[in-house]
Amino acid sequence: MARGFGSDELLYLLKAIPWTLLLSLGALLGGGILGFLIAFLRIVPSRPLRWLAIGYIELFQGTPVLMQLFVAYYGLAVLFNIQVGAWPAVLLAFSLYSGAFLGEIWRGSIQAIPRPQWEAATSLALSFPKQLWYVILPQAARISIPPTVGFVVQLIKNTSIAAIIGFVELTRAGQLMTDATFKPMIVYPVVAALYFILCWPLSLLAQTLERRIDANLGIKRRL
Amino acid sequence: MNYVFQFNVVWDHLPELLNGALLTIQLSATAMALGLCLAVLCAYGKSAGPQPIRWLATGYVELIRNTPFLVQIFIFYFSLPAIGLYLSANTAALLAMTVNLGAYASEIVRAGIEAVPHGQVEAGRALGLKRLQIFRSIVIFPALKTVYPALSSQFILLMLSSSVVSTISAVELTAITSSLQSTTFRPFEFYFVATGLYLAMSLGFRAVLSTTYWAVFQRRGVG
Repeated sequence: MARGFGSDELLYLLKAIPWTLLLSLGALLGGGILGFLIAFLRIVPSRPLRWLAIGYIELFQGTPVLMQLFVAYYGLAVLFNIQVGAWPAVLLAFSLYSGAFLGEIWRGSIQAIPRPQWEAATSLALSFPKQLWYVILPQAARISIPPTVGFVVQLIKNTSIAAIIGFVELTRAGQLMTDATFKPMIVYPVVAALYFILCWPLSLLAQTLERRIDANLGIKRRL
Repeated sequence: MNYVFQFNVVWDHLPELLNGALLTIQLSATAMALGLCLAVLCAYGKSAGPQPIRWLATGYVELIRNTPFLVQIFIFYFSLPAIGLYLSANTAALLAMTVNLGAYASEIVRAGIEAVPHGQVEAGRALGLKRLQIFRSIVIFPALKTVYPALSSQFILLMLSSSVVSTISAVELTAITSSLQSTTFRPFEFYFVATGLYLAMSLGFRAVLSTTYWAVFQRRGVG
């Protein structure tokens, strides 16, 4: 006799949510640092460095996250001669993946700052790093917030893929619960609903912020 | 690191990998075509339909965009049989991909529709065209042309996320790779090569999509 789906089973799913969030947060931190570096490399006046950054972005935006996960998982094992756990591999892969996307988002935000701002900073005799730090980045940061929040939604959803290599987060917990209860018709929609509760407020926040920034900049968005 | 790479094993199994890649391409291309139709329908419903249709379309889009693709696949493949709807792995994969793409692309298409100058719609009305006629012969082509770059990136993201359907035993590239690595015990080499194949496919898809752009829009001088 299979067990039913009651409050205990729901609690089991709820307890997996922190792992989903922790993984998202870790990837956001790692990816944030990498993304900052990539965005910087994309705008420095050196062609080889720019190509390096473009190559990195092409590689991680042009291959599936699942493949990146597998390569990280088995690659780490090859590198260290021992089977590492799922957690470091998953964290590494999602950080590298986030770095590529965040790098592109932030580069776009930096390049959205009008040219005269750079020229004004140059005429004040600021060096390139100082121009970037004191003049460009504070303005670019504001523009970059809505798409960054949008990417966080993407990231939270994509951490579900970690379930495939056995990392126990919300989706994997759903699989385990399905195996225990034989009630996929209840479990998976509940899992989907939980993701929806996590992601929808962030999606709405991204939309609101975007509208507010457009209004501030006087952009009437047609697209 | 004293691991000996053995890529010749992968070389021996290359035909099987390419077979898997073929199914990935077939699934993706079909889902792109069907998903685009769904997206156009949904965007039309959202911008010109009666209120209930608008709510329905909005609900569909928000629901899909705020839940992980992996969970959507599980619902199609594992949950639907519980209410008596049995789908083969490939059909479930195709359906999930179509429904997923439809939601993302409908937001993109809607942005394109809103970008068509209102004067053109009024001109159509002045000529006595009906609503659907205006949509079909005035609005939709320029709208799709405007958002074509965004649509192509969405298509490529769909192709990449198709690797996730390997979890329900649709035998595309990722599934074949997984089964080959488990019989040959060379996981790193197999996943490494498969990642390269995905990269090649996303570059290939990008080339095909930009050729399509030229053939459909540029040559006819639409918009």
